[in-house]
Amino acid sequence: MGIKWVAKSILLAMLLTCISFNKIPNVLAQDINPTDDEVNAISKQLYCPVCESIPLDACGTQACVQWRDTIRAKLTDGWSEEEIKQYFSDQYGIRVLAEPPVEGFNKLLWYLPPFLFLIGALLVTRLLSNTENGLRLQHETISNIDNANHYVERIEHDLKKWQ
Amino acid sequence: MAMSIIKSSKPSQSHITVQQRKNKLGQLAVWILLAALLVFVAIKLFQSSLGPVRSGKPPDFTLTTFNDQTYTLSDLEGQIIVINFWASWCDPCKAEAEDLEMLWRDYKDKDVLLLGIDYVDTEKEALDYLSTWNITYPNGPDVGTRISQSYRIRGVPETYIVTQDGLLAKSFVGPVNYENIEIVLEALLDK
Repeated sequence: MGIKWVAKSILLAMLLTCISFNKIPNVLAQDINPTDDEVNAISKQLYCPVCESIPLDACGTQACVQWRDTIRAKLTDGWSEEEIKQYFSDQYGIRVLAEPPVEGFNKLLWYLPPFLFLIGALLVTRLLSNTENGLRLQHETISNIDNANHYVERIEHDLKKWQ
Repeated sequence: MAMSIIKSSKPSQSHITVQQRKNKLGQLAVWILLAALLVFVAIKLFQSSLGPVRSGKPPDFTLTTFNDQTYTLSDLEGQIIVINFWASWCDPCKAEAEDLEMLWRDYKDKDVLLLGIDYVDTEKEALDYLSTWNITYPNGPDVGTRISQSYRIRGVPETYIVTQDGLLAKSFVGPVNYENIEIVLEALLDK
């Protein structure tokens, strides 16, 4: 009886200590509920088709609220970020992903802009190079003609002397 | 001598021709690429500017309902099919929910099938919605938004009525009421 009373007193003291330091609720909350930041970290990578061009974390419609609740529920169930994104992609199509996967026709989205940039840079370089060559050729031709005129004048001068 | 100097200052004729050919081929390739890009963008713009499907044969689809039943539109010829796009977050959908259920109860024995397609929705809320409005006709999610994209819907609700011959009889953008659908169904049943 005495030992039980002592054990109960110790347990009560430990419980009171935990409560006084506000430990129990915090630990439980952290373990079970994902934070808003965690939900938003995934939400900003998704776009709801109903609200075009607005990421899910910034969208206030009922549909987006429901989607964010789904993300929270999946995180609570222990799903990873990739699994959740895959779920949304399967359920609503890849257009909901902020970054579509680099596969199939989507490759164009990733490779076309740098490719076009390269072509543009190549065109500009060639244009500048052609212009420079043209100017140099023109300059050389003019100086050659000047030289030629100089020689013609000398020949004419010498011929006059001979006459 | 003077003439020979002048001549030597010019690039050879053959060199110019090869260079010019290369330039022309390069330019042609760039123009072809740009033209292909413009055609692609034009096609995409044209497709996005097209409104919802209005006539002819409606796009085929297979719908798996929340109860795991499967319906394929092309297999349902001989019946009148009413296709309704809805979502639990859509307020105008709530305005037509009761009328659609009444229609289903009145016409389900007359070779009319009503199919509800749940657009961009979450399952829990969708099932709550069906339960709230006592909806008993087949309903299922638009997985991957493939059906709504093929019908090019602009929003929800939208309703399409398909004839017994598998052709689109009428489409409604926005909420419908009992009478809207009844008129079309009666006309089709009288044929």
